[in-house]
Amino acid sequence: MSDKTDKTEPRLSVFKTYKLYVGGKFPRSESGRVYEVTDSKGNWLANVPLSSRKDARDAVVAARKAFGAWSGATAYNRGQILYRVAEMLEGRREQFVREVADAEGLSKAKAAAVVDAAVDRWVWYAGWTDKIAQVVGGGNPVAGPFFNLSSPEPTGVVAVLAPQESSFLGLVSVIAPVIATGNTAVVIASEKSPLPALSLGEVLATSDLPGGVVNVLSGRTAEIAAPLAAHQDVNAIDLAGADEALAKELEIAAADNLKRVLRPQPVDFFATPGIDRMTAFLETKTVWHPTGSLGASGSSY
Amino acid sequence: MPTTAPSAPPARALADVTASDSTLRRFLHGLPGVDAVGLEARAASLGTRSIKTTAKAYAIDLAISMVDLTTLEGADTPGKVRALGAKAVHPDPTDRTTPTTAAVCVYPDMVAVAKEAVAGSGVKVASVATAFPAGRAALDVKLADVRDAVAAGADEIDMVIDRGAFLAGKYMKVYDEIVAVKEACGTSARLKVIFETGELSTYDNIRRASWLGMLAGADFIKTSTGKVAVNATPANTLLMLEAVRDFRAQTGVQVGVKPAGGIRTSKDAIKFLVLVNETVGEDWLDNHWFRFGASSLLNDLLMQRQKLATGRYSGPDYVTVD
Repeated sequence: MSDKTDKTEPRLSVFKTYKLYVGGKFPRSESGRVYEVTDSKGNWLANVPLSSRKDARDAVVAARKAFGAWSGATAYNRGQILYRVAEMLEGRREQFVREVADAEGLSKAKAAAVVDAAVDRWVWYAGWTDKIAQVVGGGNPVAGPFFNLSSPEPTGVVAVLAPQESSFLGLVSVIAPVIATGNTAVVIASEKSPLPALSLGEVLATSDLPGGVVNVLSGRTAEIAAPLAAHQDVNAIDLAGADEALAKELEIAAADNLKRVLRPQPVDFFATPGIDRMTAFLETKTVWHPTGSLGASGSSY
Repeated sequence: MPTTAPSAPPARALADVTASDSTLRRFLHGLPGVDAVGLEARAASLGTRSIKTTAKAYAIDLAISMVDLTTLEGADTPGKVRALGAKAVHPDPTDRTTPTTAAVCVYPDMVAVAKEAVAGSGVKVASVATAFPAGRAALDVKLADVRDAVAAGADEIDMVIDRGAFLAGKYMKVYDEIVAVKEACGTSARLKVIFETGELSTYDNIRRASWLGMLAGADFIKTSTGKVAVNATPANTLLMLEAVRDFRAQTGVQVGVKPAGGIRTSKDAIKFLVLVNETVGEDWLDNHWFRFGASSLLNDLLMQRQKLATGRYSGPDYVTVD
């Protein structure tokens, strides 16, 4: 029929509309604003949402709503879901290699190495979900007839400023430890290179991860981070993507409701991370239970 | 402000309407049909108004003062009702400039407890009655229910209409029941008539029920019990606001409106206030004439109020858990 003409006519381009990932849905910014994202050479890649403080507020509401079920899920179940994220990511490897190469100006081979490391990072943290309690919790010997037990519990809603330079491996390295232990996260993507983060939202949406556990916002880091740092319903903030001046300002705002703050520090994201990023957002619950003989009669149980 | 007393007798202009079953039916079915698409579009377009800064602060305080703080659970205990009463009197204990709510709304057996909890604060006690929420009981049982609540000190009675009779077309039966309940309320209690709009199926029915309730002497018309799937919506509330506006134009009697159920956020509440202002005007922007039947709404209003006062977003850790 029209086979011949189909071959000669060029196809119209189908551009992807990058959107936020909030509460398991893909909204545009409430403000209706977008900004241009370019590759490392300055070529236009896409328009992405320029989030406002109201988007940040909505994301916190979504994260709070998701916290009960996610923190209450068994550690084993969380591990399975995180592993599932790695599986889904592996299936979209080509897309992420392209996006990371564009964003960070890497060769295809180097970008592939970054994506592989990011997938492996998910697997690594998936394994930790049901092991962290043995490492940082356990029975404590105390000077009295008590059985004394400490167990780590997630802090709550964590605002995460993703690293500005490492747009994908760095991003995964800050999100995965936060949610592995049962926290929920509001993530501000790298300001200059948000595309891998927004695409990660699409992966998370298809990975059995309940909506709202991870919420991804793109926009001006300083603009979105300020209301998050001051937000009374955010329990902790990871300042990985903040420069020195911004970090100081946010840390002051965060002190108001005694948020846990993880200060920015130089990190080699290719190295095996250690458990610091998990323990930074854990609380310790300790239970004292009487043991041995009780009272004058000498009864015991 | 009100130009007529709420307990004025049914208007003379419409006196012959309720003379018999057939005149009542003819009147109610003679009301113009509702343009459903137009109604919903109007309600939706009024919901897009942007209310900011000082107007928002005013709206939030007004909305707080209009809340009928409600607990209607089988598990209600005297302790829970007392806690609710304390919250109605001081919604935000950290900020005493917060207005009190309009009323607490409880089951009849809890009226005495609620009355004690809000004593001296000006907060009213409303009680649901007449076999709430289904309204399926004999008339004397319903009246006994009402008298109990009034005797215990209820300032307001929220009755449910007999939806079965209404849908079967027995308008006179519904009318007589409202009149009888109104009489049982006496002069001390205001009567709110609940239509359960979610069970009336059509907008035309909601308009008819509104007129029927007002003809029978309701002081307030109320959308729903909060116990069914569809509760207060902007569209059905707009329709009822139009009914009270037209009723006052014809008879001079002002009737209040109370949307109830499903209003959970400040944003929603402010949309309803816009509906009120644009449909019936400032005369109704007062908790004597407009109420929200809600429980979780109050916490959201308080969080928004804290946000306006401090500039940072508040959270559920800073309001009381109901």
